[in-house]
Amino acid sequence: MTTKLSERSDPILRVSDLQTNFATRAGIVTAVDGVSLDVYSGESLGVVGESGSGKSVTFASVMGLIKHPGKITRGSIDFLGQNILNFSEKQYQQMRGKDIAMTMQDALTALNPAFTVGDQILEVILVHDDDLSGSRRQKKQQAYQKALDMMNLVGIPSAESRMDDYPHQFSGGMRQRIMIAIALACKPRLLIADEPTTALDVTIQAQVLELIARIRKDLGMSVVLITHDLGVVSEYCDHVVVMYAGQIVESGPTAEVIKTPAHPYTRGLLSSIPSLDDLDRIIEPIPGQVPELINLPEGCRFYSRCSFATDACQKTIDMVSVAEERQVRCILKAGEY
Amino acid sequence: MTLLTNSAEISAEPSPIVRNLKMFARSRLSLVSILVVIGFFLLAILAPFIAPHDPNETDLFLRLLPPFWLEGGDIAYPLGCDALGRDILSRIIYGSRVSIFIGLSVILIATTIGIIAGLAAGFFGGWIDSAISRIVDILLAFPYLIFAIALMAMMGPGLQNILIALAYKEWVIPCRVVRGEVLSARNAEYVEAAKASGASDRYIMVREILPNILSPVIVVSTVRMAHVIILEASLSFLGLGIQPPTASWGSMVADGRVFMLESWWVSTFPGLAILLLVLALNIASQGLRDAFDPKFHD
Repeated sequence: MTTKLSERSDPILRVSDLQTNFATRAGIVTAVDGVSLDVYSGESLGVVGESGSGKSVTFASVMGLIKHPGKITRGSIDFLGQNILNFSEKQYQQMRGKDIAMTMQDALTALNPAFTVGDQILEVILVHDDDLSGSRRQKKQQAYQKALDMMNLVGIPSAESRMDDYPHQFSGGMRQRIMIAIALACKPRLLIADEPTTALDVTIQAQVLELIARIRKDLGMSVVLITHDLGVVSEYCDHVVVMYAGQIVESGPTAEVIKTPAHPYTRGLLSSIPSLDDLDRIIEPIPGQVPELINLPEGCRFYSRCSFATDACQKTIDMVSVAEERQVRCILKAGEY
Repeated sequence: MTLLTNSAEISAEPSPIVRNLKMFARSRLSLVSILVVIGFFLLAILAPFIAPHDPNETDLFLRLLPPFWLEGGDIAYPLGCDALGRDILSRIIYGSRVSIFIGLSVILIATTIGIIAGLAAGFFGGWIDSAISRIVDILLAFPYLIFAIALMAMMGPGLQNILIALAYKEWVIPCRVVRGEVLSARNAEYVEAAKASGASDRYIMVREILPNILSPVIVVSTVRMAHVIILEASLSFLGLGIQPPTASWGSMVADGRVFMLESWWVSTFPGLAILLLVLALNIASQGLRDAFDPKFHD
């Protein structure tokens, strides 16, 4: 399914050299440090990393949702050819939900408990959808129909009667579906799904991911899937970006990255996944923890946890190309260890 | 909370408001108290049809007439008459208009201002919050009644001035409640989600946060209404509030002060009316709190 670089058109989202800092009492935390990535039309990009690796902050930056004391200090974010870092709050409001939609990590709390789910889908459509015409009443009727279609699209049984239910009356998987319905209500060009399945059990997880994959194909939109689960990425994403301590350490087409991981961290992530095919294989957890993001030393951030670390790793390491479309932030090349 | 799946027949559960009202009605004390409050409201609205006499009609032959069960009482004037021979029952009925009108208006004005100020302070934070919070602190530092007396002395008596004098300070109470609730609600994930789907600040404040914090505001308003009624009665008792001959419970209590030993009924019955309404409001507000607070649900 992966398209070659030469066949792809311009990316719809291009993040280059993004740096997002948080000023804390202990010092400046660089949560995102020099992240560059492209999202192409109709493609799905997986963003993988441990908690605190900066994957959510990267896309909160894209949405313009970085709150004080956070600040984007460097880089540019281009969406459909416009640098959105220059956007006014008004322009952001028009973009959010309409062109780029985001589903939040926790579907249990991301729905407003005081409104029916029908109302919550309806609102987004009423605010953003330009196709509605006629009087207020007619608009409302059209929006209602669209909201109902969304409920059916995401597979809510007996959608019409459930429009009038409150979020607490739905199960976790259903709530996640409703979140997706709200996000997709205005048919955005790009859906950012922040850990859409983390709170769900495995069978529901698969349903929700299949749903996102199906709608992506039907609507021709792009998807960014933020997750800590490489298994999910291997199943549903064309390209993958692996993040560690605020930096991208490896990027490339999913199949190739999974087959021949070039960075010791990616390798570590892969060997931490239990497998049913190979029961004799020993699961190797990565020792240690993600370093604190305050006053990081120069050089590789994985240094302290890496079993291949040498003195050469203590100087600044840039991303290097290892194959077509594949980049890695490591002095070792694939296969050298 | 019951475990809800996606089957359709369970979806008939009523909205939270209906659920809370049912919860409220389950307590008998709350139910009685709310009926008393409603009773007073009806009394106020229907006063001209219910009152047996004109509240301002004087008849010196009936001066200090005792209630009907005492010797010399007349069933036509069931609670007796005051020093000018006015029917006390009729004056209590008409007096409920003053108390309830002032209580409702002051709470309405104060809650509106308080919600706006509290939302702004809690949501925007920074210097807006500092400015509003300091004003609130300053107003809270004055004793309420003395503050109101000073204002009334400055502006002179009258219905409009009572409203101003009481609302002037009353708004800080809902303001503080709203601010606190907004502080905890503004970091809720649904607020973030609303922002991510393109909602403006005003939309988030009014449509996302406000409906979620309304129940404590309603509860506080009910308690404070009782408080405002007492304050109005106090002002009228001191002669700074409603002016004669308009019947007001506070001034009626004041009128009977001099005859307290021989004609106790002149002060006692309006006093009991204040007691009854304020008590009912307080109990009702407690019932409301229990019904709105999920901690008290089974």
